[in-house]
Amino acid sequence: MLLTALCLTFLVFFLTNLYPNLEKLAKTQGNFRMSDEQVESFLEKGGYLQSTPIKYGEWLGVLPSYRHTNEDGTVQGRCILPGKTAEESPNFCGILQGYWGYSTVFKEEVGTVVGTRLALTGRLMFWVMLLMVPSALILGVLAGMKEGSATDRTLSTFAITTTATPEYVSGVIFIAIFTSSAVGLKWFKGTATQAMENPTFENFFLPVLTIALYGMGYIARMTRASMTEVMTAQYIRTARLKGVSFSNIVMKHALRNALIAPFTVIMLQFPWLLNGVVIVETLFNYKGFGWALVQAAGNNDIQLLLAISVVSVFVVLVTQLISDIGYVYLNPRIRIS
Amino acid sequence: MEPLTWTGSIAFLNPLIALALALMALSIVAWMLASIILPEDQMTVNPDGTLTSSSGLRNMIQAAMRYSFLASVGLAVAYIVLGILMGTNAGIIGAMSQQFLPVWMSLILLYAMSIAFKRKLGLYGKLFDSPIGMIGFGLVMFWVFTGIFGAMDLIVTHDPLDQISGMKNKVPGTPLSSLEEGQYAWYLLGGDNLARDVFSRMVKGAWIVVQIAPLATMFAFMVGITLGLPAGYYGGRLDTLLSFLANLILAFPVILLFYLLVTPEIVATGVPNYMAAVLFVFPIIFLGVLLNSRYYTRPNFRTPLLIGVLGVALWLYLSLISTGGYIVSTDSYSIWGLPTYLDLFDIPGGILVVFVSVVFVNSPTVFRIVRGLALDIKTRDYVAAAQTRGEGPWYIMLWEILPNARGPLIVDFCLRIGYTTILLGTLGFFGLGLPPESPDWGSTINEGRKLLSIYLHPALPPALALLSLVLGLNLLADGLREESLKD
Repeated sequence: MLLTALCLTFLVFFLTNLYPNLEKLAKTQGNFRMSDEQVESFLEKGGYLQSTPIKYGEWLGVLPSYRHTNEDGTVQGRCILPGKTAEESPNFCGILQGYWGYSTVFKEEVGTVVGTRLALTGRLMFWVMLLMVPSALILGVLAGMKEGSATDRTLSTFAITTTATPEYVSGVIFIAIFTSSAVGLKWFKGTATQAMENPTFENFFLPVLTIALYGMGYIARMTRASMTEVMTAQYIRTARLKGVSFSNIVMKHALRNALIAPFTVIMLQFPWLLNGVVIVETLFNYKGFGWALVQAAGNNDIQLLLAISVVSVFVVLVTQLISDIGYVYLNPRIRIS
Repeated sequence: MEPLTWTGSIAFLNPLIALALALMALSIVAWMLASIILPEDQMTVNPDGTLTSSSGLRNMIQAAMRYSFLASVGLAVAYIVLGILMGTNAGIIGAMSQQFLPVWMSLILLYAMSIAFKRKLGLYGKLFDSPIGMIGFGLVMFWVFTGIFGAMDLIVTHDPLDQISGMKNKVPGTPLSSLEEGQYAWYLLGGDNLARDVFSRMVKGAWIVVQIAPLATMFAFMVGITLGLPAGYYGGRLDTLLSFLANLILAFPVILLFYLLVTPEIVATGVPNYMAAVLFVFPIIFLGVLLNSRYYTRPNFRTPLLIGVLGVALWLYLSLISTGGYIVSTDSYSIWGLPTYLDLFDIPGGILVVFVSVVFVNSPTVFRIVRGLALDIKTRDYVAAAQTRGEGPWYIMLWEILPNARGPLIVDFCLRIGYTTILLGTLGFFGLGLPPESPDWGSTINEGRKLLSIYLHPALPPALALLSLVLGLNLLADGLREESLKD
């Protein structure tokens, strides 16, 4: 897991440190009419022109960081924050020392940027989960109770339709129907910018719904598949033959076993939700984690991009771990043997 | 010129179809409720062995549903047929169905032929036994034909890049202000914020998807199969290494990868060219091993066959990856490729990087599926039989395991084309890769969304087009799964 994280961050590091990207960084930081020599000297000062492994080591905090002595005698470097002198600053500053770098887009420390943005996205995700998981499970269980029944057909069609609608399509359709002056319903707000300070149903429901719908269909289909499998099992037939009522069979005998598989699916759904978060936050102008990713990537903000990829890779790996552990915990057959 | 209304002189059909649709929705709800509340039908066995079921409320509801569904479909067909006959007299819908005439004709021809010969066509023919599969296939083929005919300039009414003055953000059905000779007189679905025809852009956008999505998926499958089969079959260190790499790519958020890979700066460094050069080798390896493992006992036949096939494949490969005489051409250095006079086609850097990254993102998932299937199938008796016979490992993998894994793979192929379409849209939505004026659906949605609260028409047609294509692919996959399980 650590190896995966290291490989991935190195990959991001390598891609962001390719020379044309650095040139773009220099030009967005300085001005767009810089000559090649000016770009060169800008990069030299920032220590961007060392070889990639060394820079990566500095970022990790296992190598002493680069310092550049300017012509007027002042020293600048990665570890030296504005307003500090070279003597006060430590030699090593990287992830291991808890320093994530300085964001060139937001002009803030990366740690605080990621923290605030992540909190905003966390709120979004919380509501998404609250809406998506129960409704997906209910849909799936209802559809899987009787395979081929009317309810099954209708709900399965609904689930297929939602999986076929990516967020940028459903979001656009929702905005068109519920917020535009052309249709005239105006039930909700088309942007979620205000939701960052005070989220209300009016400005927060549409982004939540948009993300939830896309993931919902998939989870519902998985739940349905596992429910139909359970409903054809021997012990359900035995229960029916004993004369247990249908609702009792579903609630007491089938449900618990049918919910094992969807749990894994829900956990593995997290990385996909990140995708949706980026799209929806851009679409609804909600300045969260996904929005920060777009900004960082658009401006080649190396430190911020690295922090973002570390966080997202961390989320992916942790959810994989939880899903493995949870699977063992939920499934008595594996737990006992 | 009068502005067109939506239905023109066939407006008398509108209340009818509204009624039919309302009835259908009502009967579906009633059907669901009935299946929960009402008791199941009593079947009585007659003395002569036939079954009689009581014609209860359930059957009535089902009949109501069937007839209202047929009525809605019939009315929809009536719209199209009347539209084809009356053209712009039947409003925007009529004009559009007239423009789509070649598509309708090919669809009818395809369905007639397929249904007539469906017993001889294997799995494809069986698709026409399942209504869901038929609907899905119809939707998919509609967009495929639209893409092909659109590329031949049969459907489009205007050039997708032409800006006509006075048509900025005009609503659907607006006539051109100053008509020139040979121009179509209306913007059928209105104009976008640069005064271009939304309808023509949507049709042209279909061609981009129809070109890239299946091809990229196919390449991803070739890569996934060529690496997944040995990983599953041999296991051991090879499996560990390849699975680690696949998980590495899968742990990467797709959007982040796109943002890092699909930028003009990365194109300038030549990274996508290297990736293309590596990824596109796999189909050649696949073909070579496939044919060699089958025919190596007959060298007289194998050698010319391999030379022929691999020669053509190599030529295509080289002309695919080399542009203007170079494989990689950056400011500081360049690698020589195929000379220009042998180069069959050039792919612009923007398209190439989109293609490569879509293949790159998709292949680890395919790898995992193929590996899982190979792990399962290699324990079967026929594999053991082939091993005892002394067949080589690649023969077993490609000619014993792969054909037996085809069912899940075909289903996944359909789903994955849909997913690739979504990915392409995502790229367009973020303005990555494809040029900004390109008519692909993602870019068009992205442009249209900025004015969405005032003008709906530029963003909605591409959104609905993408939705229906992906929905069609999902339904098609569902139908295929159902039919392949019946064997």
